[in-house]
Amino acid sequence: MWDYSEKVKDHFFNPRNAGEIKEPDGVGEVGSLACGDALKFMFKLDQHKRIKEAKFQTFGCGSAIASASALTEMVIGKTLEEADKITNRDIATYLGGLPEEKMHCSVMGREALESAIAHYRGIDIKKQLEGEIVCKCFGITDKEIERVLKENNLSTVADVTHYTKAGGGCEKCHSDIEEIILRIKGEVRKEPLEKKIPPKRPLTNIQRMKLIEETIDREIRPALQTDGGDIELVDIEGSKVIVTLRGTCTACPSSDFTLKGFAQNKLREFVADDIEVVVRS
Amino acid sequence: MKTIYLDNNATTRVAPEVVDEMLPYFSEYYGNPSSMHSFGGQIEKKVRDAREKLARLLNCDPSEIVFTSCGTESDNTAIRGTLESHTQKKHIITTRVEHPAVLNLSRHLNKNGYQVTELSVDKKGQLELDELEDTINDATAIVSIMYANNETGVIFPIEEIGTIVKSKGIVFHCDAVQAVGKIPLDMSKSTIDLLSLSGHKFHAPKGIGALYVRKGTKFTPFMVGGHQEKGRRAGTENVPYIIGLGKAAELALEHLKDENTLVKALRDRLENALLTKCPDSCVNGDRAHRLPNTTSISFEYVEGEAILLLLSEKGIAASSGSACTSGSLEPSHVLRAMGVPFTRVHGSVRLSLSRYTTEGEINYTIEQLPPIVKRLRDISPFGKSTS
Repeated sequence: MWDYSEKVKDHFFNPRNAGEIKEPDGVGEVGSLACGDALKFMFKLDQHKRIKEAKFQTFGCGSAIASASALTEMVIGKTLEEADKITNRDIATYLGGLPEEKMHCSVMGREALESAIAHYRGIDIKKQLEGEIVCKCFGITDKEIERVLKENNLSTVADVTHYTKAGGGCEKCHSDIEEIILRIKGEVRKEPLEKKIPPKRPLTNIQRMKLIEETIDREIRPALQTDGGDIELVDIEGSKVIVTLRGTCTACPSSDFTLKGFAQNKLREFVADDIEVVVRS
Repeated sequence: MKTIYLDNNATTRVAPEVVDEMLPYFSEYYGNPSSMHSFGGQIEKKVRDAREKLARLLNCDPSEIVFTSCGTESDNTAIRGTLESHTQKKHIITTRVEHPAVLNLSRHLNKNGYQVTELSVDKKGQLELDELEDTINDATAIVSIMYANNETGVIFPIEEIGTIVKSKGIVFHCDAVQAVGKIPLDMSKSTIDLLSLSGHKFHAPKGIGALYVRKGTKFTPFMVGGHQEKGRRAGTENVPYIIGLGKAAELALEHLKDENTLVKALRDRLENALLTKCPDSCVNGDRAHRLPNTTSISFEYVEGEAILLLLSEKGIAASSGSACTSGSLEPSHVLRAMGVPFTRVHGSVRLSLSRYTTEGEINYTIEQLPPIVKRLRDISPFGKSTS
């Protein structure tokens, strides 16, 4: 059982400002059903451009609901400039702290607020947060990780997972997250990460097919299986590797993406740089 | 506030008769059964009695019972012991829905040179027996498949599986931690070679388990040391707990019929009422082949931990396959292996009854749970058109 503060419990059992605003001035939506939590945050301004009304709808655990409820209380009466300064830490502090593993709930609050303000201002927030996807399980980019690292002064992969969920799935991105942490800290890793990269030599067709099969078996399938899914090699046409998916992979909306990103990277790493993965249903 | 305990697949209340039986063996009869004096010797007799009681529950010979400290130790003993007895064989077959005691052990062994096949399950949580048949090969040392699933209660066709496994001459281990005491087991007619059980799942205390080892099964001990348990499990016997386990087994045998009539009737009533009262809800797993005490229900558009917190506020203890209830961000591996969509995995709640569950408690739960789901759906951004 999580050790929630009295204030978290209070906001969970008696959520403030739950519901919807008709014709809101700004709306921000983050998360999804698939990820396990989602927040829709909306606000309305008064004639002095101060937030007069704020409401939320949350799908999520106790601390996700409490974080959203707290956020609405925190922003009411503030100008957008003032509200924009609220960090995820502020939300957690307001709640008398959150368990480390639940800090991502406060990050979700901050993201929804930011997204709602951007919506009001007519800015495409998604463009701003664009970056390279690091965690394929939860779709978290390097930019998002960098930001949380800086704002919360984090130093370990576990911290990053607690705050953003990145690295909490298949765990394959842990070394990438570590690289980002070191980069942000301004440190340079003394020794490069050990990777079993075989020398890329010219391959015969048979060798190439074997190597593709081996790579799928050794590097790709185990990761998908821990996720309850599976991958099967259908055909190889030149540099195109055609595969099908089984199990939960097919139900997951991010499966195409997961595969392209993950399988292709692995095959490029271990077989050849020009490999393209094609998913056949 | 009185607790309505509907989490009996996690652990159970120790039966009062079990406690009574155990107590004298802490301060009065504290001898070591291995001792040569009669003060210890009388204890040895009690340990023998307990072994006989447990053997009666499984319908096996008492000499086929090895006491361990828990289900996990039994699983480790069975799998590691078998591998050590068949050093030339490096392949393990198990399923994707096993308890971590087997799943993480086989994944650990996979990193240490063993090949592991994890059989998949269908939407109902059932195995494809053809897949099992296809995967067995000359290198297969052991097939380890659970009797009944802890999250969904789904019961595998163990004897059909065992027939396939034994026809190839391979050791068959079955993690029956959730099945023992809930459904009848008869080792005299079974294909199972090794069977794990845990006391605290059927009203004995935590910290005691057993491994059934069929006569003639090659076996290498996991715990090495003294000669206890005929050299099959070293370490001074946990006497009071062994006696408690024996008593719990005796009670389980007496109440076995109730599990499949009274408990099952309460479970069915609870399940049907919740499905009727809560729109967008469904049962996870094969309803026709299930433990009599378990139901796993998914409520769409809401998250499991939030349901559990509100239930807990009402004095009801349950569990969930949602990611937020575990320390990790990963939701239930069992429901995901079954291909249950994420939307349903996150809102899954497991309710597991015992023979101590009363009709009043079930009525109260039927009253309390639907408004909780509605309340959370009211503040959820999803599912507005249907609820």
